[in-house]
Amino acid sequence: MLRWRQWQERIGRHLLQGITLGCVLLAGLMILGLLLKSWPLLQEQNLWSMLVSRDWRPHRGEFGYFPFLAGTLWVTGGAMLLAVPLALLTATYLSEYASHRVCTLFKPLIDLLAGIPSVVYGVWGVLTIVPLVKNEVAPWFGRFTSGYCILSASLVLAVMTLPVIIHVSLEVMQAVPRELRESALSLGATRWQTVKKVVLRKALPGLLAANVLGFARAFGETMAVIMVAGNVARVPGSIFDPAYPLPALIANNYGEMMSVPRYDAALMLAALLLLGVVLGFSVLSRLVLQRLQRRWR
Amino acid sequence: MRWSWRKVEETFFRCLMMAAVVLVMLILLWILLTILVRGVPALDWEMVSRTPRGGFYLGKSGGILNAILGSLFLTLGATLAAFVAGLPVALYLTCFRGDSSRTAAFIRTVLDVLWGIPSIVYGAFGFVLMIWLGLRASLLGGMLAVALLILPIMIRGMDEVIRLVPRELYDSAYALGATKMETAFRVVIRQAAPGILSTVLIALGRGMGDAASVLFTAGYTDALPSSLLEPVATLPLAIFFQLGTPFPEVQERAYASALLLTILILVISGVARWLIRRYARQVVR
Amino acid sequence: MTGEHVIHARDLNVYYGQLHVLKDITVAIPRSKITAIIGPSGCGKSTLLRSFNRLLETMDNVRLAGSVRLGPQDVYAPGVDVTLIRKKMGLLAQRPFPLPMSIYENVAFGPRLHGIRNRRALDRLVEDNLQLTGLWSEVRDRLHTPAVELSIGQQQRLCLARGLAVEPEVILADEPTSALDPQSSRRIEECFRHLKDRYSIVMVTHILRQARRLADYILFLYMGELVEHGPAEQMFNAPRRELTREYVQGVIS
Ligand SMILES: Nc1ncnc2c1ncn2[C@@H]1O[C@H](COP(=O)(O)OP(=O)(O)OP(=O)(O)O)[C@@H](O)[C@H]1O
Ligand SMILES: [Mg+2]
Repeated sequence: MLRWRQWQERIGRHLLQGITLGCVLLAGLMILGLLLKSWPLLQEQNLWSMLVSRDWRPHRGEFGYFPFLAGTLWVTGGAMLLAVPLALLTATYLSEYASHRVCTLFKPLIDLLAGIPSVVYGVWGVLTIVPLVKNEVAPWFGRFTSGYCILSASLVLAVMTLPVIIHVSLEVMQAVPRELRESALSLGATRWQTVKKVVLRKALPGLLAANVLGFARAFGETMAVIMVAGNVARVPGSIFDPAYPLPALIANNYGEMMSVPRYDAALMLAALLLLGVVLGFSVLSRLVLQRLQRRWR
Repeated sequence: MRWSWRKVEETFFRCLMMAAVVLVMLILLWILLTILVRGVPALDWEMVSRTPRGGFYLGKSGGILNAILGSLFLTLGATLAAFVAGLPVALYLTCFRGDSSRTAAFIRTVLDVLWGIPSIVYGAFGFVLMIWLGLRASLLGGMLAVALLILPIMIRGMDEVIRLVPRELYDSAYALGATKMETAFRVVIRQAAPGILSTVLIALGRGMGDAASVLFTAGYTDALPSSLLEPVATLPLAIFFQLGTPFPEVQERAYASALLLTILILVISGVARWLIRRYARQVVR
Repeated sequence: MTGEHVIHARDLNVYYGQLHVLKDITVAIPRSKITAIIGPSGCGKSTLLRSFNRLLETMDNVRLAGSVRLGPQDVYAPGVDVTLIRKKMGLLAQRPFPLPMSIYENVAFGPRLHGIRNRRALDRLVEDNLQLTGLWSEVRDRLHTPAVELSIGQQQRLCLARGLAVEPEVILADEPTSALDPQSSRRIEECFRHLKDRYSIVMVTHILRQARRLADYILFLYMGELVEHGPAEQMFNAPRRELTREYVQGVIS
């Protein structure tokens, strides 16, 4: 009886360990799998020259990623530019100024919106943002656009990432001990001074993490973007030009990728690039976070 | 009362923040209203009870039952798989490794990083795996990709819940002579059950709403799901394809489908939230 | 500005939602003395302390009636600048909460808020106030390291120095030594004894022995009512009320 239980313990332990190891290896396996699939292309062509080349002609074996990289950067950059200040201001208000009642009213609404799938955001974008940009915003700047452009994509992405950033930021700011605020207040700080110099400073690492999360979400978003970005493989020159972000490239062409030589490798390389940027960014932000946390505890 | 610089600054930022809150709330209401107003008129019983007929994508009759059932099967299968693989990991992290272990911290970091990887990458990776396994776009392939996608969410969610289980509970189980396995699977799981369930629901909602991961792996079909090895339709993709047609009648259906998907997911997350709230009350006592 | 009393509370009532926590408190706090507020847990000591410098109103469901005066100034008068009121009453919390910055910046934080920018003046203020709390010799070589790296006892003295740097009239301390070891507690007590010539100190304490050692004046609160107040000598040796006698003898707690 005892022996059986001991065996059970030992086997179980190793089983759990094995499964855990498997999950951790998943990350490595992903890189490896995508790398293997894109390897034929990487052997034939120089990675760097593909990254900076503007020519995307799969049938001729020309795979220039630059328009897609540029499109991704424009769209994501625009989205973050819009979302980050708005989200931080909102989170600060809800955490520091709003009464408890208001906060408990808003929080579920924000969580609810964080749960809505991205396709639905895409539908909303097509229904509202695209016509808005086409009929109101662009003419106001004296420009013409179909509405399917960087600005629309950025707006939709910004709205999509807002709840994510607000949710995490709020949690981080509410974790700042109230005594810390009281310390500053009792030195004669105004509310805003307390927020600016103590709360935000204390919460800075967490806020950074919140925004990194939002960035990763926006950067890799596929469906919402594919529906409103216009998808023209050209390097965009202004926010009213269409863009063709990397995720949209992958999603749009999976149907034909087996019929053109090296096309599948090129798309897998695109996925690998996406993965690489997100991995790099999250590792980098973790390093920065660690340093910040060591400096300001 | 003099208006010092401090007061000006305070008032300025206060107004700015209030404006931000109002703007955010208006946008959020705008989204919900748009989905409702455009979706409700297009939604009828035929939409949810029938499969696409000939000429469905030209505006003829039919519904999206194929996508609804497909999404349900696919997500339920994927959630089950991710749960079976994820629960042992979550238990291992806390029950076997302890809270301050560096290995556990490392594994958590890896999982957090995995969480942040875009779903289209999971789709592409799922596709690679399918080629290795000799599968084609099918229900099974879609399950695989979605299971991988929600695995980190599942593990980290359950991990957070399990970490809330008080230390004393372990100690009293050990004091009764229970092994670590017995403690983990009989005591800790029971204590954390509501939280674990709500995590599962959250992961389910996430899996159901994701389109990019099933794009290559599940394919699309007008038929009802029949076998694990056949392609299967999913709701997000149904929305995407319907919206992509040039016919207004079909686009209307996209709005209805979007409403349907939103309602499904909100109900799931609502139940999850309710569970968490109940659970939180239990912990306090 | 040199009346005998520094804080006057009159008919002070405080409610948390429906809960009536302070009932008709009328009391005057003597100037340049150490006043101790004693009473069983939950009787409203912290609430009373925080009603003095208007920290209560940062909480949501609080209602306050009655008046508090600091010297001649009505603390709750409409149009009064709260920040200036709070500046005159420093707060020392139960546990030390150093701001997330260096030791130097912690002490300089208050003066900077109130417009002191001159580097030399700030250096001076930091040194003086760290001297006052006996911390200067311990930290002079690492002024620019994070304040959280100090020991808990040192952190608490840093918080005291931080409060002193805005030149308050009153120091409000809420069980300032309850998180500290005996050694550190004693150092805080020493600081208080030094400081009471220049500041009026109001402290909440659970430790009757500490009140005996330090206090010149005692307020005894019980279930939100001010049962008795008076000079420490009288309160400990010849209390007028039976309840007070039982409490100071440790019969009830
Ligand atoms: N934010 C709040 N909301 C509701 N009730 C509160 C709040 N803060 C305190 N109370 C209640 O008010 C009463 C007085 O609280 P207070 O903190 O002033 O007591 P105290 O004498 O300082 O106790 P202790 O010695 O334990 O610190 C208590 O019954 C407490 O439960
Ligand atoms: Mg108290």
